[in-house]
Amino acid sequence: MITDFLLHHTPALLVAVPLLGAFLTPIIGRISPIVRKIWVMGTMTLTSAIAVLLVYLVYTRGTFVYVFGALTPGLAIPPDSGGIPIRIIFTVDPMGAFMDLIVAVVGFCVILYSLSGDEKRTGLHYFYTLFLLLITSVLGMVSTGDLFNFFVFIEISSLASAGLVAFSVEQGRAVEAGLKYFMISTMGGIFLLFAIGILYGQYNALNIAMIAERMQFTSLDKIALVLMVVALAMKCGAVPLHFWTPDAYSLAPSTITAMLVVVSQASLYGLFRFVFTLYNLTLNYVTIGWVIIILGVLSMVIGVTMAIPQKDVKRLMAYHAVSQTGYMLLGVGVGLAVLGNQAALDTYGFIAIEGGLFHIINHALYKGLLFLTAGAIIYRIGTRDLNKMGGLGHSMKYTMIFFMIGALAIAGIPPFNGFASKLLIYESVYLFNPLLAIIAMVVSILTLASFVKVFHSIFMGPTLPEYSKVREAPPAMLIGMGILAVLIIAFGFFPQLVVDSLVAPAAHALINQGSYISAILGGA
Amino acid sequence: MFWNLPYISVVLLTLIGISIIILKKNLIKIFMGVNILTSAVNLFIIAVGYRDGGIAPIYTNAPSTNMVLPTPQALCLTSIVIGVATTALLLTFAMLLYRTYGTTDVDKIRELRE
Repeated sequence: MITDFLLHHTPALLVAVPLLGAFLTPIIGRISPIVRKIWVMGTMTLTSAIAVLLVYLVYTRGTFVYVFGALTPGLAIPPDSGGIPIRIIFTVDPMGAFMDLIVAVVGFCVILYSLSGDEKRTGLHYFYTLFLLLITSVLGMVSTGDLFNFFVFIEISSLASAGLVAFSVEQGRAVEAGLKYFMISTMGGIFLLFAIGILYGQYNALNIAMIAERMQFTSLDKIALVLMVVALAMKCGAVPLHFWTPDAYSLAPSTITAMLVVVSQASLYGLFRFVFTLYNLTLNYVTIGWVIIILGVLSMVIGVTMAIPQKDVKRLMAYHAVSQTGYMLLGVGVGLAVLGNQAALDTYGFIAIEGGLFHIINHALYKGLLFLTAGAIIYRIGTRDLNKMGGLGHSMKYTMIFFMIGALAIAGIPPFNGFASKLLIYESVYLFNPLLAIIAMVVSILTLASFVKVFHSIFMGPTLPEYSKVREAPPAMLIGMGILAVLIIAFGFFPQLVVDSLVAPAAHALINQGSYISAILGGA
Repeated sequence: MFWNLPYISVVLLTLIGISIIILKKNLIKIFMGVNILTSAVNLFIIAVGYRDGGIAPIYTNAPSTNMVLPTPQALCLTSIVIGVATTALLLTFAMLLYRTYGTTDVDKIRELRE
């Protein structure tokens, strides 16, 4: 009975559980801090378990369609509707499930870490309310099959994450960063709504599959495409719309920064979903592919060059996040540029997409880990300035090891996971255009150089007198970071297994528009 | 020509909104620009859904004229609600910034630009 219920309503529960958990936190949290911790952790564990179950179901049985309010959850098209899906539909294909998995894993580790890492803050009820709301919205964004629903979730994520970025309201700068992030997100949201209105006006539908089937690619659709690409590129922090990233990432609490990385990835998912599923071959894929490639290359180069001179450890990492986003755009952009050319797609295009998607999960893991280690250091010594740090390797051994794992992974050193996905990108992009692959490798080397410097200035050298009493981070923080570190190493040692079982189905789902449409509309 | 009036207003409102956001220095005025832009989108969605002489989609004993699909109105309502939440958060930020910096001029609130 209960398993039956779970198996049929997984996508709804995926959003309902954290949503309920979020709004009950202020009430239950009043009992005592311990109860609040148990409640938040319990909610997140349950959400992650549901997400993992959903991922398992999607990968074994194919696309999961869930229709809200229908007679049976799988009934996408009511018999008397004339072949139009009229309800809000969640369509979780392997690509969406892949993103759900990222949110579940990173969200779980971050919440675990946050139980000790954030306990000194005031107003923790609201902190966790917003935090769980953020997780709800990201899960919703990657699961939904409805354009307007996507807009609603993206707005929830903007509200929640802007509130969290500005959470330390006693600092004016945090509010400033929050405002900057929120203005960008709001503008992005308005553009997205314009695009949705244009598409609705032409095709009388909001369902992604329905619009995809009717897509004509008229000049109005081109305007809608441009609006959507701009809106989502703003949200995912690609150059030239990256200016909010360093501010928001560096001033948000570290746990939030780790989660913001995932939010950016979800926007990236939205970009890929719209380009590949909504438009697919109807758009001028060579041009749009090159636009995405150029965005990616600019992000890589500008991100890493801006990162090198930074003095603030989190600001530096934020610029690296911009730079790493470039790799994903590059990989998937190359795949898009050869979408219509079957031979090229088979030789390298598909591998490039796999590399880009694999890099998304790897990035979420190692960047999350790096921000969490930065958070642990800030938690213990209370400064973010690299020039004031030093000699922490003596007292914070585990944090140092985790930082090393994260730094080597981001620089693409074997046997860590960053190497596996970057290798896929280098190989395939080299066949497409050798120059792009060389730029990608140079950026990787610069990333390594930058992290060697950071590592040296934080951990090496003699113990500084002012930090002689610094202790290791609390156990909950170490466990949270440890899970991410173990996953990074596991993904680095068995990349083929991960690519074959997780990434390849997601990449297939992304480029195969027909299967997405037929999951909703039936037929071929 | 006359039936294009809503769309012309949408374009005008969009231009006004964007120019306010770009040109004005006062935070409150910028937020007004955001609100004007939101209204432009709402008007656009409503205009898209308008059918001349259409009736509400109640099927019981309905005459055989055009029916108006209620989706755009629903979208617009949702968008208005989201707009209220957005405005509330934006104004909160303005209040907090005013408390810290004593001004709402964006040129003077720039501690972040090192």
